[in-house]
Amino acid sequence: MEPVTPKVDAARLLDEWLAAHERKELLRFLTCGNVDDGKSTLIGRLLLETESVPLDVLAAVEKDSRARGSQGEKTDLAFLTDGLKAEREQGITIDVAYRTFTTEKRRFILADTPGHEQYTRNMATGASTADLAILVVDARNGVTTQTRRHTTITSLLGIRQVIVAVNKMDLVDFDREAFERVRIAFEAFALKLPRRETSFIPIAALDGDNVTMRSQRLGWYSGPTVLELLETLPVDAALNRVDFRFPVQLALRPSGDFRGFAGTVASGAVRPGDAVVVLPAGRATQVARIVTFPTEGQSEVAEARAGDAVTLVLADQVDCARGDVIAHPDNRPTLSNRIAAQLVWMAEAPLTVGREYLLKHTTHETPATVSRVVHRLDVETLESREASELGLNEIGVVELRTARPLVFDSYGSNRATGAFIMIDRLSAETVAAGMIDASAMGHWLDPTNAHLRASMSGVTTAERTARLGQVPVTVLFTGLSGSGKTATARALERALFDLGKTCVVLDGSAMRQGLSRDLGFSAADRSENMRRSMEFARTLNQAGLIVLAAFAAPQEDMRSRCRTLIGAEQFLLVHLAAPLERCRERDPSGVYRDAAAGVLRDVMGIDVPYETPRDADLVLASDALGPDECAQRVLAALRSRGAIR
Amino acid sequence: MPPALGTEQIGIRHLDQLEAEAIYIIRETVASFERPVMLYSVGKDSTAMLHLARKAFWPGTLPFPVLHIDTGWKFKEMYEYRDRYVKGELGLELLVHRNAEGVAAGVGPITHGSRVHTDVMKTQALRQALILHRFDAAFGGARRDEEKSRAKERVFSLRDEHHRWDPRAQRPELWNIYNTRLRPGESVRVFPLSNWTELDVWLYVKREKLPVVPLYFAAKRRVIERDGTLLMLDDDRMKLKPDEQPTQKSVRFRTLGCWPLTGAVESVASTLDEIILELIASRYSERQGRVIDHDASGSMEDKKREGYF
Repeated sequence: MEPVTPKVDAARLLDEWLAAHERKELLRFLTCGNVDDGKSTLIGRLLLETESVPLDVLAAVEKDSRARGSQGEKTDLAFLTDGLKAEREQGITIDVAYRTFTTEKRRFILADTPGHEQYTRNMATGASTADLAILVVDARNGVTTQTRRHTTITSLLGIRQVIVAVNKMDLVDFDREAFERVRIAFEAFALKLPRRETSFIPIAALDGDNVTMRSQRLGWYSGPTVLELLETLPVDAALNRVDFRFPVQLALRPSGDFRGFAGTVASGAVRPGDAVVVLPAGRATQVARIVTFPTEGQSEVAEARAGDAVTLVLADQVDCARGDVIAHPDNRPTLSNRIAAQLVWMAEAPLTVGREYLLKHTTHETPATVSRVVHRLDVETLESREASELGLNEIGVVELRTARPLVFDSYGSNRATGAFIMIDRLSAETVAAGMIDASAMGHWLDPTNAHLRASMSGVTTAERTARLGQVPVTVLFTGLSGSGKTATARALERALFDLGKTCVVLDGSAMRQGLSRDLGFSAADRSENMRRSMEFARTLNQAGLIVLAAFAAPQEDMRSRCRTLIGAEQFLLVHLAAPLERCRERDPSGVYRDAAAGVLRDVMGIDVPYETPRDADLVLASDALGPDECAQRVLAALRSRGAIR
Repeated sequence: MPPALGTEQIGIRHLDQLEAEAIYIIRETVASFERPVMLYSVGKDSTAMLHLARKAFWPGTLPFPVLHIDTGWKFKEMYEYRDRYVKGELGLELLVHRNAEGVAAGVGPITHGSRVHTDVMKTQALRQALILHRFDAAFGGARRDEEKSRAKERVFSLRDEHHRWDPRAQRPELWNIYNTRLRPGESVRVFPLSNWTELDVWLYVKREKLPVVPLYFAAKRRVIERDGTLLMLDDDRMKLKPDEQPTQKSVRFRTLGCWPLTGAVESVASTLDEIILELIASRYSERQGRVIDHDASGSMEDKKREGYF
């Protein structure tokens, strides 16, 4: 150990170090590949060259590897990660190992997962918590069944970024053709998988070419090294920050007057005062306080976000126990005892239709039966095959029936509430990993199909907020025709623009002249028009823009869907509550006149009912106030929400 | 208005993540097992883990006892600290177990060597205590970065009815959904600090202002050098070899075990900030001072198979 020069100002030095490292992001990734493709060697290289190997450990590895002579005089870097004795003797990795290492730019947790077929379950394990996968391919063998299998599993488990490291380029004379053959074969296969970002790098892990240092011998390759990619590819936090879900772990009742519900926020955020429901029962209450261990005398927090471990105290004495999920009433997960899911089967004994297993999902455990195997996935061709059971390491889509209802989201939109495991009741073994596919439910709100995943943005929400000086929201102006929705939206647009903010006005006319030109005015078409508008608003919000949406949106149900689609935290419902008489007098677009003349049907307030909102964030008497004053009121609401300053 | 969790203080969003993960694991264990226990080894990792457990159930108290497997060969300062902090300051229920047969037979590291001592006074003692109290889940403060066989350890690690670990029959652990089902006689070891590093633990000790055993801080101590290891003379049970000459050196301990088996490192880091800085600059592993790891390559794995923590 090198002693630090004594009595320099340690506190100041440490503060500087902490300041330099506090923004460091955490990237979790896994490595996978065939036996002998050189995964462990690649990892050993990464650890060695990022100075993550303690010198005494390196000395032990050098001693071991000389004794065994597996790489001649060279140090066998695979020994750094092949931790178990049995592995070193057999020269293979038999279990997933986790390593932490840090560079100037990022902190990494890597899962090293085994290559041979019987341990595929360990790869799924490593992939379940990873944001990125490195697939190691031997340049001599190209894309094999195992490569295809591993690619499929990482894809199923929601990994959207892949680095294909074409290894052992030294054994093919650093030939560019060999590399290109692998790339073309891989891309041809991956075409059939959901979209992902794939980077290809030729490497020679044994000598370190293109691992952390650019290779002279691979001069024809001008792209980044493996480490450069790891340090720069965007970190997908894998957390859904919109939809609040709180699976209850434990009820804490230390004394007569305290009753709290301990758990970790699975997604979204919650604040004291929020209206909530306890699911599956659906009891409504409010969050009274959010409690944590006292820090400097303070034991309550103003907000708990995805990943925070807290204790919620509810306003009422409602029934609530382990396995229940607390959510916002206007943004609820799906509740059902029938689900469709993708399964990775991990047990020797095949999945049997009709047999009862235990299903563990969030903090909830329930008996469950597979009612049907919909199909098995052929990992070679990615084609669906008819099947009546699933064997070890097979992947398929099944329908399940649970004894108690599950409170869930689709895995594609929320990993935390879309994932489950299945346990054999007799052996107590984990037999399957499951990913709920709510798209099989045919729900209006499913934003994603499991096979259509959006590509990742490399720009974070925080960066957008910093540049644009605003937090994106969608304001939905609802009200009768003639209540001043578009006029208010335009007045607010002017006011926001003058403040230097960036916003977009969406209204019924604009939509119907463009995106929704093919729709009529039936209930189904109005609903579809709203869905398209909100999808568009959501996209604009994701880009950091404020959306001012002026739509009649007459049904409560439809507005509630809008709130869910946008995300409750980003949604502001403004009801322009002008009486029908006043709207009819104003009649700026002539709809009341035409309705009265019998030339126009389906006019709200005339032959389509308008359901007065009960959950509006703001109700404005627009007839008395006028558009400018209404705009000022909404502006104030946006300020108090913290959307703008 | 109180601040939101994870406000931007020192480097600490990732410590918040690690803390939340550990609390989640501790709560899952209590919700899923009948008789959990927390093993407490008096070291910094145990102390951090104990603090996390207090956080997990606050404003309630710990819903399980704390168990110290006492080999009888811990440093004096460790016993003093244990009684002062865990029993005194925190007022916790502390069970202390010693292997009575081992004590009767006079087993110790000096007379019997590190292998026998560790087996009888730690591995067997632990097994006895778990059986005696019928504990079905035992928390340990082990971290994956400590040693390479630990890197493959699960968070919930299954032990058979003989309290043995089979590295080939580990359950897959997906997401944060833990399979906590046991067959008769089986038990689990639970490692809430799996993803922490030595540096994380020290940063956490600093942030949470936790007291630690003073041996972690550098001071002039009476040591001898034996087989390349600096051993501190804690009492007169160690007999010096003729050529060994005790000297005063400024040393500290990165890890604390039984004193004749735990090597000190030369250091002048006498404050928490200096320890953290020293660690940032160091390129040697924490367990370099542990004699038991060096019995043979793969030795930690062998001990774990037999039931060592």
